[in-house]
Amino acid sequence: MSKKKQGVLRPVVTLVAIACLSAFILGYVHELTLEPIKRAKDNQELAAIAEVVGDFDNNPFAEKMTITTKNKKHKMVMYPARKDGALNSVAIKTYSNNGFGGRIELIVGFNVDGSIKNFKIISSHETPGLGTKVDEPRFKEQFKGFYPRRQVLKVKQDGGDIDAVTAATVSSRAVLKAIERAFSAFSNFNSGRDDE
Amino acid sequence: MAYLMIFITAIFVNNIILSQFLGICPFLGVSKRISTALGMGFAVMFVMTLATVVTFLIYYTFLQPYQLTFMTTVTFILVIASLVQMVELVIKKTSPALYQSLGIFLPLITTNCAVLGIAILTIQKNYTLLAGICYTLASAIGFTLAIVIFAGIRERLDRTDIPDALRGTPIVLISAALLSMAFMGFAGISY
Amino acid sequence: MSRESISNLTRGIIRENPIFVMLLGMCPTLGVSTSATNGLGMGLATMFVLILSNVFISAVKNLIPDIIRIPSFIVIIASFVTVIEMLMQAYIPVLYQALGIYIPLIVVNCIILGRAESFASKNNIWQSFLDGVGMGLGFTLALTILGSVREILGNGSIFGWSFIGENAHPMLLFIMPPGAFLALAGIIMVVNKLRGTK
Repeated sequence: MSKKKQGVLRPVVTLVAIACLSAFILGYVHELTLEPIKRAKDNQELAAIAEVVGDFDNNPFAEKMTITTKNKKHKMVMYPARKDGALNSVAIKTYSNNGFGGRIELIVGFNVDGSIKNFKIISSHETPGLGTKVDEPRFKEQFKGFYPRRQVLKVKQDGGDIDAVTAATVSSRAVLKAIERAFSAFSNFNSGRDDE
Repeated sequence: MAYLMIFITAIFVNNIILSQFLGICPFLGVSKRISTALGMGFAVMFVMTLATVVTFLIYYTFLQPYQLTFMTTVTFILVIASLVQMVELVIKKTSPALYQSLGIFLPLITTNCAVLGIAILTIQKNYTLLAGICYTLASAIGFTLAIVIFAGIRERLDRTDIPDALRGTPIVLISAALLSMAFMGFAGISY
Repeated sequence: MSRESISNLTRGIIRENPIFVMLLGMCPTLGVSTSATNGLGMGLATMFVLILSNVFISAVKNLIPDIIRIPSFIVIIASFVTVIEMLMQAYIPVLYQALGIYIPLIVVNCIILGRAESFASKNNIWQSFLDGVGMGLGFTLALTILGSVREILGNGSIFGWSFIGENAHPMLLFIMPPGAFLALAGIIMVVNKLRGTK
């Protein structure tokens, strides 16, 4: 009996010890990498903002504000870009959950007149080499100066004006959805501003 | 409607084996006969659904509220491994007949990346529990479908005269490529 | 270095190459080999985990009772995988994004558990280290070759450097799922042929 008891105790203790050790190590590495991960994400975001807006001399990070779509369903962050104090474009962080690999997050730049300047994917789980092509120039070129109020922000298969990336229609649609959401929020913000 | 879409997409469009490449090991390893492929399929379906429910609950009741998400991988794989052992014990005790047919596949499932993959993807996709179950069940059906069809092809292949250089693995992979191409035809029906 | 050490080091690279010969770790192999860079990155990440887990498991092998061997190995491997996942996220975010779901799935890569079980749990630390390096190199080599073949055929480029014009159409099929199976079939055919004539 005592022998059997010992036989049960030792594995349990060992396994618990290993699990605790693992938790400690992971917790430690987590603490260590928390800052660098945040910094890597921030840098990526700032680089993305710089890529999608025009020239700016302010700090868009410091002036960020939260805007909502018309139906108040979606909240997103907007970074204004100013040159010599005048607003020339904004970057809006938006997302879609309908990507091939789930959530896609991107930053879209709009000119003040509501046309699209550029966009940049900041986080996605799309298939490497296929879905990730939505972040390549060939697809993005189509959006430069695209005016969502007059043109249809949909892929051609759905009767819109955008050519989807070959073999990555799902990813393309998700990107369009995210941009549309950002546009809705931006025009909502704009109309609010005009009323003032 | 949303659930139906998740269902169809997971079975055909984003077939777990043929387009996501999860669970390739059993796909190549346990696909020599249709009957064993079917057994493996059902075992995966059972374990996968159970695993997603349990890991989902653990993630949202413990890991996320206490900011322990960095333990996700460790926790999930441990839960899946113990779950498989428990299922094996329970089936062995309660239903020897079922054990006869599914038992041999259960140990193989622990290292089946499809189970861990789907559990993680369910979290990543921000599904609700119900949508998660739906997604998992559909993925498992997709798994079963692919592996059974593939076993059918391989049973035929056995009786075919294959060029020397292609014998063994290469012809199996080429058949898989053709099957995967056929499934690409479903891509149009998403949404 | 003794003959045994050399054999342990080189075995994984060609003779018992985990992918081309032993057909282990197929999921990440087929899933991320869409470009040479991804293949190399995934190979190195796996090699890192493989070496660490081999060394660690070999060091503690006598402390772990037999019946909890597998669960213990899994926890150890999963911990190393999470460590590398966090490090990658912090210092090489681009690669982290490219590899996506397949990073946590290194845990269930049969190569790592397989080497832990069949080699590290029976051999000393130094030999296990060599085995990890050899198998890791073999895996990396195979993934990079597969990634290169698929990138060259499917995207007209190699390590991101494009050698066909903007208007040329590469065989896109090769970076799509069926292409993974086809490319691997072709490579294994060549490897079998070479091994057969030796």
